[in-house]
Amino acid sequence: MAENYKYTPQDFKSDQEVKWCPGCGDHAILSAVQRALPEVSNALNYDIERYVFVSGIGCSSRFPYYMKTFGFHGIHGRASAIATGVKVANPKLSVWQITGDGDALAIGGNHFIHAIRRNIDINILLFNNEIYGLTKGQYSPTSKLGAITKTSPFGTVEHPFRPGELVIGAQGKFFARSIDVDVKLTTEIMVEAAKHDGTSVIEILQNCVIYNDKTHSAITDKENREDRTIVIRHGEKMVFGKNRDKGLILSGISLKVVTIGEGGFSMDDILTHDAFAPNPGVHMMLANMEYPEYPVALGVIRNVKDSTYDDNVRDQVLDVMKTAKIKSVDDLLHSGETWEVK
Amino acid sequence: MSKQKQVLELDHVVVRFSGDSGDGMQLTGTLFSDASALFGNSVCTFPDYPSEIRAPQGTVSGVSGFQVSIGTKKVNTPGDYCDVLIAMNPAALRANAKWVKAGGMIIVDADTFNEKGLQRAGFKTDNPIEELKLEDYKVIFADITNLTKESLKDSGLDMKSIVRCKNMFALGMVYYIFDRPLNYTEHYYEVKFKKKPEVIEANKKVLKDGYNYAGNIQAIANTYTIPSSTTIPKGTYRNVNGNTATAWGFIAASEKSGLPLFCGSYPITPATEVLIELAKRKDLGVKTLQAEDEIAGICTSIGAAYAGNFAVTSTSGPGLSLKSEAMGLAVMTELPLVIVNVQRGGPSTGLPTKTEQSDLFQALYGRNGECPMVVIAASTPSNCFDFAFTAGKIAMEHMTPVVLLTDGYIANGTEPWKIPSMKDFPAINPPIVPEGTEGYMPYARDEKRLARSWAFPGKKGLEHRVGGLEKDFIKGSVSHDPINHQKMTDIRAAKVERVKEFIPEQDVFGDKEGDLLVIGWGGTYGHLLTAVQKIREEGKSVSLCHFNYINPLPKNVKEIFGHYKKILVCELNMGQFANYLRMNFQEFNYNQFNKVQGLPFTVVELVDKFNKVLEGK
Repeated sequence: MAENYKYTPQDFKSDQEVKWCPGCGDHAILSAVQRALPEVSNALNYDIERYVFVSGIGCSSRFPYYMKTFGFHGIHGRASAIATGVKVANPKLSVWQITGDGDALAIGGNHFIHAIRRNIDINILLFNNEIYGLTKGQYSPTSKLGAITKTSPFGTVEHPFRPGELVIGAQGKFFARSIDVDVKLTTEIMVEAAKHDGTSVIEILQNCVIYNDKTHSAITDKENREDRTIVIRHGEKMVFGKNRDKGLILSGISLKVVTIGEGGFSMDDILTHDAFAPNPGVHMMLANMEYPEYPVALGVIRNVKDSTYDDNVRDQVLDVMKTAKIKSVDDLLHSGETWEVK
Repeated sequence: MSKQKQVLELDHVVVRFSGDSGDGMQLTGTLFSDASALFGNSVCTFPDYPSEIRAPQGTVSGVSGFQVSIGTKKVNTPGDYCDVLIAMNPAALRANAKWVKAGGMIIVDADTFNEKGLQRAGFKTDNPIEELKLEDYKVIFADITNLTKESLKDSGLDMKSIVRCKNMFALGMVYYIFDRPLNYTEHYYEVKFKKKPEVIEANKKVLKDGYNYAGNIQAIANTYTIPSSTTIPKGTYRNVNGNTATAWGFIAASEKSGLPLFCGSYPITPATEVLIELAKRKDLGVKTLQAEDEIAGICTSIGAAYAGNFAVTSTSGPGLSLKSEAMGLAVMTELPLVIVNVQRGGPSTGLPTKTEQSDLFQALYGRNGECPMVVIAASTPSNCFDFAFTAGKIAMEHMTPVVLLTDGYIANGTEPWKIPSMKDFPAINPPIVPEGTEGYMPYARDEKRLARSWAFPGKKGLEHRVGGLEKDFIKGSVSHDPINHQKMTDIRAAKVERVKEFIPEQDVFGDKEGDLLVIGWGGTYGHLLTAVQKIREEGKSVSLCHFNYINPLPKNVKEIFGHYKKILVCELNMGQFANYLRMNFQEFNYNQFNKVQGLPFTVVELVDKFNKVLEGK
């Protein structure tokens, strides 16, 4: 594109008909991505050919077909591995992985944690609807204990993963959470994720209108959202509630919800969010907050700088090449012990 | 000292070094092999080691062996049976005595033949020679351990390090027997232990002492010399094993295509050295990614291929099973990718360190759906280079995944290799789409190869989506149209079949017609060739048709087969290639010779089988 071209969401829409169910949370996420990318482009000076969307299998994984960028619809669970290969092959690309709770945390769990451990610079959008949608309603690794689904007619008997805990446990440097219906927040977080060097994981609480409708509604419904979620931003006080009168404090080694002005708590007692803190202690507690004991944390929970896998690979190659004696295959073949037959 | 001893000239000799897996037998064998190659002999080696890194000391399961065959004329196998066996302990003797030629020489470390050692090796009496019926062999009991201790008592090394040098004493003895110069090996010590002068001196001394000891004892009546060859083509040579040659062949294909090499892989015996070798080559810009598992190995490579690298992945049997689904993805997305499978004994974990050819069907068919792929097989350690290069060329120019089959035998085996020059290799021209091309259609094809074109992310105007769902014939968007699926299935098969037009015709060693055509493929080449040469010397009408291109097969196969009275397919599996040929050319009758013992064929058993087939037995 010409210099100074201002991308619009329209530039990122492909000609393919979007085939998700009416009312599916994925529509809103698609819309957020198409709104976020023009902002990313402007902020980082990326042209459209720089973006690659990689997915696995599942409803969410149809996503790349709806983007007018480069895209790769992979196989079940392997999107992290494919995206890693894309990024290492060409570190200039802005690589986005679209995945679901089954794709990333069940069949693809291994690739997911290892991508995070390596800190490869990709952005992972994890659509968490706590159900297998494309196969029509079986429980997933994030389904709540006891959830009744087609393969758990008497309720599940297994404990779910908490994606944030898994990400931080795998030494994740960037973890954020949003909800499908809040396009504005999702957009804001995606821009932050794009700016972050390293693996960024954004968990998006997403509604499956057909097989797990309203699974997140206790916290996402508009009338309760402000009381049951807390949007945290780096450098800002952790305050929430319709009246902005509730906040989080550190009590002993746990977080605690207090009301400002009650029990002797003032704004000064409320924690200020430090997303850049390398110590993951508070981030882990924030990521694990569950309703009703706590508000569910939204926003960028952890955003820590560290070296990235793709940079390290590139730098090591360049470093070795600088002083290399072998500069071609011919050199290589003649290296080491050789002898002449005359 | 040995003036009265005779020096006899031999044109071919086989030596087998064996000991505990911690005794350094692989190194000892390699040094002997290198010294012989540098001396100007033709050399072929076969390492035979257990899958345990350190099995219980002194037991038969922990025995590691290394067989070297050296000759004045071209040597194509490491030899069925050895002329000389070096056994560093009773277990090594027990495990390897059966591989010594009748009446051959056996050198044992007498110091290990004590009650404990014999017991550990499972001998029931204190006379292993009688127990193994070796009375007619020339068994030399040498006090190798004690002589090594004596030799190095003033070296300043601790006792553990001293005893570790005993393999070099044994090597010195072998050097004396076969009249090898010591200077190549001394040079090796100097390079290897550059920072430890005392270790260099100790090794040099013990090698020399072993050499002199062999000259002093009366038990060794003759020494032998294997003259250097005068028929070896002129040029610069080096030793190479199949795994290194494979890795280098990939780098060569990368250089010729101008695209960076990416290898996503997971360690697995006996393929790991391919990854190790590539990991060293950052100087040539090679990117290696040691993945979290086999699946990630291939999937990172597919991602890299999509992004415009020349991508490869290395594995062995069980790993190929894990990669199957992703191989289908590479077929569907029509991306270049080379999957090298260094075959080992199966099924399941099977025999990890032993050789076999039983993954052929898996390479050809082991995927869901109609999923054809190019399959080629290397047949010698050094031609792994050529076929790795060719696999890369086919993958990139035809936009298809290619399976390259090697096996544990050629992967670990070494041979001298006349170093080729890259200027003699062809260019590789992948169908890369130029930036800014208008109206790019991802699945439009060129008529010659039926290959789609390759558009790299990051290039303006080429944004497109690919994936594992069935693709529209031209646009590449998702299509569930029944006719389109048929069309795409047909074209994927036709694309692979079209490779036939770009590979050489099949050749035959021997006569264009005759009584028996021996057929083989892949790593059995050396043994089959030697056996066919041998039986032809007896005047029998036997020829060899050895395959490297498996899918597609060369054009002239049917024409060749029709000129022989009988056909015998020899392979280290239960008949996979024979059945593949039956399917493709039903008009012929195929005799089979199959073996799955984790070992290569022996020339003796092959010649025996040829005779039986010729006689109609």
